Amino acid sequence: MVEFALPKNSRITTGKTWPQPEGATNLRAFRIYRWNPDDGKNPSVDTYFIDLDACGPMVLDALIKIKNEIDPTLTFRRSCREGICGSCAMNIDGINTLACIYGLDEIKGDVKIYPLPHMPVVKDLIPDLTHFYAQHASIMPWLETKTNRPAKEWKQSIQDRKKLDGLYECVMCASCSTSCPSYWWNGDRYLGPAALLHAYRWIIDSRDEATGERLDDLEDPFKLYRCHTIMNCAKTCPKGLNPAKAIAEIKKMMVERHV
Amino acid sequence: MRYLTDRKRALGHGSGRAGTHHHWQMVGSSIALLPMIPLFVFVFGAGFGGSYEEVVAYFSQPIPAITVGLSLTVIVLHLTHEAKAAVEDYMHGAVQKLTLLGLGAFAYTLIAIGLFALARMAL
Repeated sequence: MVEFALPKNSRITTGKTWPQPEGATNLRAFRIYRWNPDDGKNPSVDTYFIDLDACGPMVLDALIKIKNEIDPTLTFRRSCREGICGSCAMNIDGINTLACIYGLDEIKGDVKIYPLPHMPVVKDLIPDLTHFYAQHASIMPWLETKTNRPAKEWKQSIQDRKKLDGLYECVMCASCSTSCPSYWWNGDRYLGPAALLHAYRWIIDSRDEATGERLDDLEDPFKLYRCHTIMNCAKTCPKGLNPAKAIAEIKKMMVERHV
Repeated sequence: MRYLTDRKRALGHGSGRAGTHHHWQMVGSSIALLPMIPLFVFVFGAGFGGSYEEVVAYFSQPIPAITVGLSLTVIVLHLTHEAKAAVEDYMHGAVQKLTLLGLGAFAYTLIAIGLFALARMAL
């Protein structure tokens, strides 16, 4: 259901302002969402100051610096530091993106960092992506075949392989799904751009033999057709992919089955 | 608290095997409205400004009557289907079901009244 205001226990309060580093000449303020499920308090926004001359160029570098040198309780996911694992997805300066590939020089003024929108928060910048991953699993993200397994490998032409470009690169960071208003209001039933992009990746795979079943499973007013082509997904994708186009292609295939 | 697995929550009631007809209908009516809206504005506007008898005489001609009748039906149905999607987006539960029923009843009543008025003028 659409919500116009945050629930009482989710309203954000002013948090702690941490001291500025001494002798710093290139200071930048970081306003970071904090919430601890164990203290029973409302979320707050803490303010940290970083000397950019003593910090790496990316937002993740700053977060790691804050955790290492200022506040070890700050909690966030990170792993590869090069935009491959999708762990450090968060809302930075109003945009869902990966902290590891988002440069501090791309942000003007204070750096505002929140967890991915409209998801339950586990702690601080960590959203609960359980349902998101279960939706991904529900589209059967693997090769489905009925023909006997070939002696060597499932062959694919260069042209057919090219159809997977722009799809296989998705790292499941959830930036797109959590930027989608349709997913905010109906995330329990709408699969969201990420799961649908992956669904299309397997639907058009020339080696996959479950195209019909996959389309059957997606043909639903909510699972697929909640996409209203808002395009936030394509705008925000940190990998430059276009989930909205993949969804449109699925819709075209659905029409082709009927008309 | 319901002890459902994450997978069961994601699968829900499975696929409704529907939605494509609605999607195709919206594509079709959108394309139809492209020429229909300017034609409607032109034809409907041309009937304005006369006396009662002149307006009745104008809408008793086949082209104005059919254009207005078709436009009324397609426009109201197109808007209703869009409104249906918006209701499904923003409302849930019993409120949603009742609003959808009310919306359908309102739209078809509107079309019926419009077509009846046109028929009275045209026949």
